[in-house]
Amino acid sequence: MRRGLWQRYRKNRAAVLGLGVFGAVVATAVLGPLLYGGDPWALATRPFLWPGDRADFPLGSDAMGRDVLAGLIHGAAVSLTIGLTATAAAVGIGTAIGALAGYLGGWVDDVLMRFTEVFQTIPNFIFVIVLVTIFKPSIRTTVLAIGIVSWPSIARLVRAQCLSLRRREFVQACVALGMSQSRILWRQILPNCLAPVIVLGSIMVATAILVEAGLAFLGLGDPNVMSWGKMIGDGRGSLRTAWYLSAIPGVAILLTVLSLNLVGEGLNDALNPRLGRH
Amino acid sequence: MAGRFLVRRLAQAVVTVVCIAILNFLLLHLAPGDVVDVLAGEAGAADARYVAELRQKFGLDQPIVAQLGRYLWSLAQLDLGHSFRYEMPVAQLILQRLGPTLLLMAASLGIAFAGGLVLGVTASRQARSLADNVISVLALLAYATPLFWLGLMLIVLFTLKLGLLPAGGMYTIGAAETAAAHALDVLRHLILPATTLALFYMATYTRLMRTSMLEVLGSDYVRTAYAKGLSERLVAYRHALRNAILPMVTVLGVQVGSFFGGAVVVEVVFGWPGLGRLAFEAIFQRDLNLLLGILLLSSCLVIVVNLAVDLLYTRLDPRIELD
Repeated sequence: MRRGLWQRYRKNRAAVLGLGVFGAVVATAVLGPLLYGGDPWALATRPFLWPGDRADFPLGSDAMGRDVLAGLIHGAAVSLTIGLTATAAAVGIGTAIGALAGYLGGWVDDVLMRFTEVFQTIPNFIFVIVLVTIFKPSIRTTVLAIGIVSWPSIARLVRAQCLSLRRREFVQACVALGMSQSRILWRQILPNCLAPVIVLGSIMVATAILVEAGLAFLGLGDPNVMSWGKMIGDGRGSLRTAWYLSAIPGVAILLTVLSLNLVGEGLNDALNPRLGRH
Repeated sequence: MAGRFLVRRLAQAVVTVVCIAILNFLLLHLAPGDVVDVLAGEAGAADARYVAELRQKFGLDQPIVAQLGRYLWSLAQLDLGHSFRYEMPVAQLILQRLGPTLLLMAASLGIAFAGGLVLGVTASRQARSLADNVISVLALLAYATPLFWLGLMLIVLFTLKLGLLPAGGMYTIGAAETAAAHALDVLRHLILPATTLALFYMATYTRLMRTSMLEVLGSDYVRTAYAKGLSERLVAYRHALRNAILPMVTVLGVQVGSFFGGAVVVEVVFGWPGLGRLAFEAIFQRDLNLLLGILLLSSCLVIVVNLAVDLLYTRLDPRIELD
């Protein structure tokens, strides 16, 4: 089974490339600080060194003489941490609400779905901005805010899965065997929701990284954290003379988000082989 | 039947608006420190009696349910509260800035819709060809690009390097003598922000249109059209397109909210004087009334657009049953 999964995933070459790029980003975040020990806040050298000017600062330095490469490495960890934890939060909330609505049905379903609809109506990014502004910018509030706006799509997906699984024979067999409701939900239904949730989750990580970058760009990031969005925002002031300061972190965001989208597509093909691709 | 459907959808919309209003109210109350704290802090004097007087004046000493009732009642009268920074009613402030945002959104939506349609149809007509692959790769890239970064890079290229277009604002002050010249001036300022905002959505539309076209192109009535001897182009644009376009309309409704979010960063990058910039200013002045007013208004616009999409859909596709 596991082998079959990888073999199906491997057929999508773009997805393999995406996995490679994403692996490189993870490696940068984990190994980068060990191999390249620059402090992203240290005023390390002359300001406005262009990339390639000096070998010891491969990507140059910013308006205050801070090492761009050190910032980039630090930013990788920040983006991944926020992307993954915010998605985990969204998956947790969404699964709970979706499973309750889909499995219990009736008025519980009605109320929960109306609740979900309210959250889906509010423009996500503006909602995140409001939440972070009210509760003061920090990594924790950023993660929570992104989690709070992202769960509705997971809830809808899990609900739809529960609704269709509930009527399937193997679940009815469990009912006939006298299995308890909660055991059926945990052992039979939720594991079968896993595949589509993983696909949606991988794309959600990408979106969360984009949202975090947008927040940091607007100046709503954690003030004690060097992130890619903040670097782009800082570089904006010297766009005319040193556009590389904004360009480089943007490429990092683009590659990370692109790789996650490709991985999501590959997982979709591998996990739902019955769906044909066009 | 259409009337009953409309009434039910309207009732649902009203419930959603009320829920969002209650959420707004709760957020305002969860925020650390209220208006009075801010005002008292600014006055420099934290005199307990003065603070109590202010609380009474704003009704903050009343039970929370009474405050909620008052809040909802004033919303029902279209009173979004007072912006303590601008010394102006929030509703008036928002109305002033709504126009530029709607202009920006309409322009980007037009670009995204038209571009996505043409690119998607082109890709589907030559599926798996070089053109299809190039379009797919470009769409993937556009889908992964942060809007604000794209905007900055377009400024670097078109303003700083080529000197073709203005970097920001909505018009050149004092430059336009006639109305036509003014419109042209605004148009020149609109090109970069509208394109920036459009590219992401164009990518979505392109991919959607391609999938949808491929599906329709495989259906029986299209085969019949070919069998009649119609040209490939005619079948694609006249016959297939009409049905393939339906999912685009749905997605349009789903995406209005995200469009608003995108408008915030794009307006900040290009100094476009709309709601997004207003929200940005409100953040740093901690003008929560104003910020929540913008949140509520944008949510209402999302609801209105979705209602419109629903109605449009039943017009476009008579197969849809309203109940």
